[in-house]
Amino acid sequence: MNSARTLFEKIWDDHLVRPETESNPAVLYVDLHLVHEVTSPQAFAELRSRGARVRRPELTLATMDHSTPTTPRAAGRLQVLDTQAAAQLEQLETNCEEFGIQLFGLDDSRQGIVHVIGPEQGLTQPGMTIVCGDSHTSTHGAFGALAFGIGTSEVGYVLATQTLLQRKPRNMEIRIDGVLPPGVTAKDIILAIIAKIGIGGATGSVLEYTGSAIRSLGMEERMTICNMSIEAGARAGLIAPDDTTIDYIAGRPFAPAGAAWAAAVARWSQLVSDDEAQYDRSVHLDATSLAPMITFGTNPSMAIPIDGRVPDPAAAGSGAERTDLDKALRYMALEPGQPLLGRAVDVVFVGSCTNSRISDLRQAAAVMRGRHVAPGVRMLVVPGSRNVKSEAEAEGLDRVFMEAGAEWREAGCSMCIAMNGDQLQPGQSAVSTSNRNFEGRQGKGGRTFLASPLTAAATAVTGAIADIRALS
Amino acid sequence: MKPLTSLTSSCVVLNAANVDTDQIIPARFLKTVERHGLGAYLFADWRLDGQGRTRPDFPLNAPDAGGAAILVAGHNFGCGSSREHAPWALLDFGFRAVISTGFADIFRNNALKTGLLPVTLPASAHRALLEQLSESPRAPVTIDLEAQAAILPDGTPHRFPIDPFARHCLLNGVDELGFLLGQDSAIAAYESTHSSPVCTR
Ligand code: SF4
Repeated sequence: MNSARTLFEKIWDDHLVRPETESNPAVLYVDLHLVHEVTSPQAFAELRSRGARVRRPELTLATMDHSTPTTPRAAGRLQVLDTQAAAQLEQLETNCEEFGIQLFGLDDSRQGIVHVIGPEQGLTQPGMTIVCGDSHTSTHGAFGALAFGIGTSEVGYVLATQTLLQRKPRNMEIRIDGVLPPGVTAKDIILAIIAKIGIGGATGSVLEYTGSAIRSLGMEERMTICNMSIEAGARAGLIAPDDTTIDYIAGRPFAPAGAAWAAAVARWSQLVSDDEAQYDRSVHLDATSLAPMITFGTNPSMAIPIDGRVPDPAAAGSGAERTDLDKALRYMALEPGQPLLGRAVDVVFVGSCTNSRISDLRQAAAVMRGRHVAPGVRMLVVPGSRNVKSEAEAEGLDRVFMEAGAEWREAGCSMCIAMNGDQLQPGQSAVSTSNRNFEGRQGKGGRTFLASPLTAAATAVTGAIADIRALS
Repeated sequence: MKPLTSLTSSCVVLNAANVDTDQIIPARFLKTVERHGLGAYLFADWRLDGQGRTRPDFPLNAPDAGGAAILVAGHNFGCGSSREHAPWALLDFGFRAVISTGFADIFRNNALKTGLLPVTLPASAHRALLEQLSESPRAPVTIDLEAQAAILPDGTPHRFPIDPFARHCLLNGVDELGFLLGQDSAIAAYESTHSSPVCTR
């Protein structure tokens, strides 16, 4: 028997309370449960109605991000959008208090988007299982943690038992070798991968990203890649930990210290796929040939190189794919064969759990420095956490953005999800560094073009979709 | 969770691929702390126009859509966000089953846990179903969970896959929490040999 295992299999095996049988899924133990205001209230209500307690409150962390306002604080306070959002935020406070859960609330300096704060605090570590009632939990896989999104029922199960019933997913390798050309970032890699394998191309699978191009990326770039694994339908995305990972974790508030640190590093170094390990499928990509990518349609797989042309649905035959493309172009008000370069936009959004970390803001600021947001364009820059915000302010990035005419906002999900007051108006177009371009995602009737922070900044100063490589 | 053993109903056909959960229920309706009453927002931006009037051309608004408990959808239904509000909204609207050639993972999990049955048919059977429904839109389809079969209007049965445990839960109207709470000693045994890597306090 081949005893070689992939990274995924090692983490999976290590968290089995009970292995799966034909009649029962596996009982899988959860090391860290992240909670936010939108997908948890009904789970806490269920616990209450059953008289259940939270089994391991100390393995649970809550924050506020989705319905959180990002308008600059007036007299130190945030102005919550409406009474419904306020009630939801209050409910999370009540629930955390009643069940003894640590909450990074609106007044906590550690508050931020759930997938930004876990890694930032050193809570996300290699080899862990991490879940959250949020599909972009895949972000944490950048550290070699098995991290995936769950629904509200499952949030309740994890609160009550710290476990989940799971069937073992398939395991797929995405190998990316080569050196990234200038102007091409992690966001472009993941958009190219999704375009290649399709929006449902990884359904039922855990992805492991390997190859020299991945190894050369920093942790924040790796998070950008793992973050969007779900946009190809994947259960999770994984990158094996290495020195880059260890250096990033060292010294963070919840990272192991002293003797525990050495023991942890020794454990983490075992977390690689064995040479002989088998994946169910492997896909290869050459980084050298990549260009900056941008989406043109209404799901993240509808992406092209920035200097490309909108595809012709007729070329996709007559099936569902053609209908899908036709519908997308109609919604986006685009014609087949049209270039995207030079298409005017109303809004540029830099933020979200995909691209709101300090390195993303530094990239955008480098483009904005000494330039100005084009007339008629609104640019929002929204740091992923309050920590990212202070770090950026200490470096003077806030001034760069504001002097360029952009809005510098408070931390939160903001315009990634139109439920906190930040949103597009019907018919408006935006270049966004977020992860979803679904119809209405950024506001009813709004049109989203997903791209990297570099492309977003280049577009903001140009006033129309622009190629960072051509910006003088 | 309401048990589901067998169901015979007319269908509504929404034959678009990759219908994401932001369409099933837009994010602005997620500011609720309740799980009921979300049917009013199901497909809100497709079902209603900018003025809040029903769009007559949307399948859910068709005169003969009323009372249908089965939604026939396109491939990769429910992709995107993990919001369980999506199956809640479908259930609240009156659906008990969705037929497709494939579902996104989290949506399928959520559906099974809330009593909405995702039925995956092979492409040929799905196509046959669509053809039969275009000829007689009110024709009934039976979904027999006991037998794991969908019976098309012309009487042909098609077996569909479902996890045996999820099937047991649906047939009996029980959720997984009872089972997991019953694993207490196994969980405690695991905890005694595996120390937690982090503490959030
Ligand atoms: S930033 Fe967007 S994708 Fe990320 S957690 Fe918030 S709403 Fe979800």
